[in-house]
Amino acid sequence: MLGVGNLACSRGDHRLFSGLNLTLHAGQIMQVQGENGKGKTSLLRTLCGFLQPDEGKISWCGTDVRELGEEYFANLLYLGHHNAIKDELSALENLRISAGLSGIVLDENQAITALRRMGLKGRERLPTKVLSQGQRRRVALARLLVGDAKLWVLDEPLTALDVGAVALIEELLGEHLSKQGMVIFTTHQPLTIKGVEIARLALL
Amino acid sequence: MNRLSIINLLVLVVRRDLLLAMRRRADVLTILVFFILIVSLFPLGVGPEMDMLRKMAPGVLWVAALLASMLSLGRLFSADYLDGTLEQMMLAPQSLSVLVLGKMISHWVVSGLPLVLMAPVLGLQFDMSPEALLVLMLGLLLGTPVLSMLGAIGAALTLGLRGGGVLLSLLVLPLCIPVLIFGSGAVEAVSSGLSVTSNLSLIAALLMLCLVFTPWVTAQALRISME
Repeated sequence: MLGVGNLACSRGDHRLFSGLNLTLHAGQIMQVQGENGKGKTSLLRTLCGFLQPDEGKISWCGTDVRELGEEYFANLLYLGHHNAIKDELSALENLRISAGLSGIVLDENQAITALRRMGLKGRERLPTKVLSQGQRRRVALARLLVGDAKLWVLDEPLTALDVGAVALIEELLGEHLSKQGMVIFTTHQPLTIKGVEIARLALL
Repeated sequence: MNRLSIINLLVLVVRRDLLLAMRRRADVLTILVFFILIVSLFPLGVGPEMDMLRKMAPGVLWVAALLASMLSLGRLFSADYLDGTLEQMMLAPQSLSVLVLGKMISHWVVSGLPLVLMAPVLGLQFDMSPEALLVLMLGLLLGTPVLSMLGAIGAALTLGLRGGGVLLSLLVLPLCIPVLIFGSGAVEAVSSGLSVTSNLSLIAALLMLCLVFTPWVTAQALRISME
């Protein structure tokens, strides 16, 4: 369970939000809404520990995440604006390395299966610099298929994706929630998951 | 689900960075060519006076190695920073220091080790004796990792800054002075028939000190730079 209490965050002298409270239980999904510049990305980055909040506390299963440290990171999967993939490496190498960085050993067949499910059949061994933006995003999103992180923090996961890929992501989110996972995300595109109500958090 | 141990993670990072370096070979060659050019300019500029060249050799080779290792430092973290990989590294369920150590090791293999191997060939231009060449290589072997590790702290502190390259050199070069003094001191000692143990031991001590502290310091600096 992720808990946020009385969180305040600012960039420079500008206060983005304050007194923010939220709780996310197993099997719940939450969309962070707000206009550009209202602090959606900052909120997600604060949850990942990249930014230090001005005030307030973030807790995982009741314990402050700063005390948990790496134990919390093992439960966390973050996908930001950047794809975190290397142009010089193939989709396969990229996926295996990024899984490795999050502590997961992935053999070649598992990686290929994941990439095929993301619709990258026949592109697994090409250097990612020859892939399109949407295909690179798919390579990055393939990380959702490997690993066992409980909490997914997704910042605009749908950028550059086509209709088919959006449907696939909706399906993946549904599967993750049914396995008692948690998701907190931002998007400006419509996203619906069958049989699940998406909680909404508005940053004003 | 299989989990990676600390050693496996270290190996993964080193292999990844070496693989990336192999795919961008031009970057590696640039450093080596720069080193060769700088060193070769001195005999041309100073003239073919053997005595003087022999005296200058250790200093010239060490300064050139220092400058060459500065060249690639800017790229140590910036590529990973720009494409978001650094964020993922910070979320690794192992200590960030281990990942940083891995990056330092591969940086040394790519930009330090070639200098060590090339130095004796260049030393011949300065009419250095075989013993002096051996000591030079030993000194560089112990000293270049120190340059990579100290440089990593500077690279982490200047990450994402405009004009970071110059600032990086200003930060790191003064810190490298001890290595320079002991390294060229060792070669001078062997040339004048003295023992080299003290100089080399001091570089080795610096290396050990850096191994213990710099990964942690660099990791902290990276966390600050990411905000």
